[in-house]
Amino acid sequence: MEYTAGYYDVAVVGAGHAGCEAALAAARMGMNTVVFAINLDSIALMPCNPSIGGPAKGHLVREIDALGGEMGINTDKTFIQIRMLNTGKGPAVRALRAQADKKAYQFSMKYTLERQQNLDIVQEEVVRIMEEGGKVKGVVTRTGGIFYSKAVILTTGVYLRGRIIIGDVNYSGGPNGLFPASQLSESLKDLGFELGRFKTGTPPRVHKHSIDFSKMIEQPGDEVIIPFSYTSENIKREQVSCWLTYTNKNTHDIIMENLYRAPLYTGDIRGVGPRYCPSIEVKVVNFREKPSHQIFIEPEGLNTNEMYIQGMSTSLPADVQIRMLRTIKGMENARIMRYGYAIEYDYVIPTQLSLSLETRKIKGLYMAGQINGTSGYEEAAAQGLIAGINAALMIKDREPVILKRSDAYIGVLIDDLITKGITEPYRMLTSRAEYRLLLRHDNADLRLTEIGHEVGLISDDRYKKTLEKKKMIEKEIERLKSIKITPTEENNRILEELGTAPINTPFTLEGLLRRPEMDYEKIKALDKKRPELPPEVIEQVEIMVSYDGYIRRQIEQVESFKKLENKKIPNDMNYDMVYGLRTEARERLKKVMPCSIGQASRISGVNPADITILLIYLEQQKRKKAHG
Amino acid sequence: MKDEDTIAAISTPMGEGGIGIVRISGEKSFDIARKIFHPRSEIKNIKSRYLYLGHIVDPEKGYIVDEVLTSFFKAPHTYTREDMVEINCHGGVTAQRKILELALKLGARLAEPGEFTKRAFLNGRIDLSQAEAVIDIIRSKTERALVMASRQLAGGFSEKINSIRSELLNIMAHIEANIDFPEDDIPEADPGKIKGEIIKTRGQIEELIKNTGSGRIMREGLSTLILGRTNVGKSSLLNAMLKEERAIVTDVPGTTRDIIEEYINIKGIPVKIIDTAGIRETSDLVEKIGVERAKKYLKEAEMVLLIMDASEEITDEDRSIFEMVKDKFTICVINKIDLPEKIEVKELERLLPDKKIIRISALKQQGIEELKDEIYNSVVEKIGPIDENTIIAGQRQKKALEDAEDSLSRALTSMDEKMPVEIIEIDIKEAWEKLGEITGDTVSDEIINAIFENFCIGK
Ligand SMILES: Cc1cc2nc3c(=O)[nH]c(=O)nc-3n(C[C@H](O)[C@H](O)[C@H](O)COP(=O)(O)OP(=O)(O)OC[C@H]3O[C@@H](n4cnc5c(N)ncnc54)[C@H](O)[C@@H]3O)c2cc1C
Ligand SMILES: Nc1nc2c(ncn2[C@@H]2O[C@H](COP(=O)(O)OP(=O)(O)OP(=O)(O)O)[C@@H](O)[C@H]2O)c(=O)[nH]1
Ligand SMILES: [Mg+2]
Repeated sequence: MEYTAGYYDVAVVGAGHAGCEAALAAARMGMNTVVFAINLDSIALMPCNPSIGGPAKGHLVREIDALGGEMGINTDKTFIQIRMLNTGKGPAVRALRAQADKKAYQFSMKYTLERQQNLDIVQEEVVRIMEEGGKVKGVVTRTGGIFYSKAVILTTGVYLRGRIIIGDVNYSGGPNGLFPASQLSESLKDLGFELGRFKTGTPPRVHKHSIDFSKMIEQPGDEVIIPFSYTSENIKREQVSCWLTYTNKNTHDIIMENLYRAPLYTGDIRGVGPRYCPSIEVKVVNFREKPSHQIFIEPEGLNTNEMYIQGMSTSLPADVQIRMLRTIKGMENARIMRYGYAIEYDYVIPTQLSLSLETRKIKGLYMAGQINGTSGYEEAAAQGLIAGINAALMIKDREPVILKRSDAYIGVLIDDLITKGITEPYRMLTSRAEYRLLLRHDNADLRLTEIGHEVGLISDDRYKKTLEKKKMIEKEIERLKSIKITPTEENNRILEELGTAPINTPFTLEGLLRRPEMDYEKIKALDKKRPELPPEVIEQVEIMVSYDGYIRRQIEQVESFKKLENKKIPNDMNYDMVYGLRTEARERLKKVMPCSIGQASRISGVNPADITILLIYLEQQKRKKAHG
Repeated sequence: MKDEDTIAAISTPMGEGGIGIVRISGEKSFDIARKIFHPRSEIKNIKSRYLYLGHIVDPEKGYIVDEVLTSFFKAPHTYTREDMVEINCHGGVTAQRKILELALKLGARLAEPGEFTKRAFLNGRIDLSQAEAVIDIIRSKTERALVMASRQLAGGFSEKINSIRSELLNIMAHIEANIDFPEDDIPEADPGKIKGEIIKTRGQIEELIKNTGSGRIMREGLSTLILGRTNVGKSSLLNAMLKEERAIVTDVPGTTRDIIEEYINIKGIPVKIIDTAGIRETSDLVEKIGVERAKKYLKEAEMVLLIMDASEEITDEDRSIFEMVKDKFTICVINKIDLPEKIEVKELERLLPDKKIIRISALKQQGIEELKDEIYNSVVEKIGPIDENTIIAGQRQKKALEDAEDSLSRALTSMDEKMPVEIIEIDIKEAWEKLGEITGDTVSDEIINAIFENFCIGK
């Protein structure tokens, strides 16, 4: 029997990485919020690798943090190792990557949710979305509870009609032996949504005591800890190591011999999997000439002996899994605690959403995370945060936050999903961002804190600090530009000592800093009266001066990009009325319903002539209106 | 809604000796025109809609490009409602092209197909009822431009671009794989190797700039070699086509000893005619060098006019020349048809099965027009009709190639300055994108696809 279980502003279905951010954002913005999970022990669960961050993903975490999300803070609280990657490359692609204590991460996040005002947490499976007149009304749970709400955010992850596959065994299920959600897909189809099916997989977990680490290469964390969150200060922590080993010919032989039992090759798995997380069987088949593949052994946490075997994702039968593992150096006696598996699940074709993550069909219904076809904790969290913010803003009758491709990786992520659509699980890569040099992980705060403050997720105090930082950077660059170094003998002697060419005309300090071989610390010898500045300010000054030419070029590109982004297309645009569009373009435009000329121009199948025609049509409409 | 950039294009279809108009529209149009247009008498205040006589002068090199009539039109009473300049020139396509190029160099952008009309509409010049007509114009112009562009891509050009692009793509994929998957066991891209690849591809682009399809023909003329044994009337033909006594003509075999180059314009196509020394075995050193030169020029020529003497039988020397032009784009010209015919035409047809044969008399000026028609038709057959669209398409390609070249040069500078890889990659990517504009491939997913194809990635 159904009963009325409550009235809320926002109902969040799912408490994975997307759901947690969505629920926290909505509640913190004053919304009366409820969040559901099929099992509360799955809150902020990491069903795959125990790590957060890396190139592009680490950027997302920093952006989440700058907007007032939780992922960065929670990672800082619970990481057991942290490293800065790409230190040998430039500032745009440097990124943080942390190993988290999985359980600690979950419990810390769960406790944060539990302490959050305006937020109810309920263990229930949602089976139906209620809709009336194109507007969402709430959700119904399996036990008959009707939760009325003004907005619903779906963050159901890999659970929709989840199916687990291990060799020739397969059954319906969610990750980590949890229950799947078997009914919600039907409700979504009834509402007219188009669903697709993807797959992903995870490697076995092995007991630590069965591994001989002396045969492996140790990978310690960084000595100097740089945290994810701009609010975390001075973290001192004992770190644990990861371990590196390799597969070999024997491993590959066992895989090849048993390929006829691999569901990926027998046709048992039909969902499309991600290319960047291939299973070991796919790697061995596709790169036959490679004699070995890297395997990282990563601890799942401090209070467990489970070790995650990165690089061994597989859905081969259990008996093959154990045999192939034992061919690997240091794993000769490996004991598997959890077998690797593949999981297939439904996702909602994301071109049915608008850039605010609201569905175009049903007002007040939002989707975020893996349900939109992405993969990865950070991608999920980023969308969850935006969906939570926008649901709250919608209820407050305010304009949604839509980050542009030039504002943030989050903007790139959402625009890619909605405008270009996807053909495989989507993962964020730095190469997807065309303005990569501007979207650095070190300046996420400068880019986004203002937006976080405006929606109410960033405190006045934190915002003020960011503004001060901005001012300090600008002032210091101005100062460096204003100080002239003259070509005196003394100065040239210093320059030569610093390993750079002497000067024969006056040079500003900024000009000297621009030289590839110079840095802020070095020019100190010529800069007697420099102010005391925090390291993060100095870092910005160095980057902005050293890459000034390239940064300015990207800013120019962004300007012209924005011109097209700012030419808005009305929501109720009727493409059938536009004379002269090619059929293909018309169909694609109707499918995506872009909100600007810029967005329209990124849709595949829409060419420049179609864009001109759209411009003319919009102008025509404007004039008609002007003339009454 | 106002577009800030200034656009330029050639606006009239051209014919031989016809007047062509270069139009410039936008804020900078007056500025640009004042920089290249030198009026006959000094202008104090520009009068709108007034024709000024003068010269277009290349501001860098200082030489006169063409004598022109220029009019300035002050906004808003113009077609586009922006400041506009029209330059009427006489000097045929080559001059129009050059003037356009100057305008582009000074900051104008090449107009998109139909863009003048589009601006006219968007700036309120054309009224609402005409919107559909405007769209039709834009649609048809765009489609024609696309056809033109793809025609010009024939002849191995697009394959070359694609192969350069795929080399750049491989470099990028490697850099990107290093960036996005720093912990996978992918070797770091070697800067020395990257540098070598960039230098190599830049060289290939330079080569292409010199040789872009009809664009190149428009710039440098279709190189047409007059070939034949001595005394058949090669120099006479050159003179007949030029309508002037340019080359020395005598009845002494071996008169022409060096290469003579002259330009003529055939219905808008510039043709560079090259007269050569007659081919024969000779002991005269100077003549011998001339013959060798002729053979060398033959390699580079795009078209050969193979001259035969109607009053003589086919000789062994002729046969050896047939062998030389076997794979060349050749028109066989039988000269001296005013004399009694001795040449075995049937045999000639047999020996040159796939070549067109034209009969002329250089002396009597017979058949010269037919020969010109034949040259024109052959070119059109090869690269499509030559009109403003072809030229613009060629111009676009050249610009894209030059931009790509610039980007790669910048990448090299940045490498020397030890900039990080992701910075260097910005320029490589820009070059790759510019080249993609030519072939119409700009799908950015290509890079990501290449990463996964080339490297074993993932946990
Ligand atoms: C086996 C496996 C391997 C993976 N491998 C990788 C990898 O290698 N790399 C990578 O980046 N990512 C990987 N992922 C993906 C990553 O785990 C997810 O992208 C991320 O966790 C998605 O977050 P989410 O918030 O969208 O959903 P999830 O974290 O899946 O959370 C979904 C939440 O929704 C709840 N829920 C679902 N349906 C209902 C319902 N009807 N009613 C109530 N609650 C519901 C669940 O209880 C859960 O709390 C893998 C996932 C799995 C399962
Ligand atoms: N009757 C007649 N004589 C011609 C004609 N064309 C050329 N001649 C004559 O043929 C002779 C050779 O002419 P050229 O033009 O010098 O021949 P060429 O092929 O350039 O000779 P080389 O430069 O020596 O190889 C001259 O006496 C010309 O007047 C023609 O159409 N009819
Ligand atoms: Mg001669």
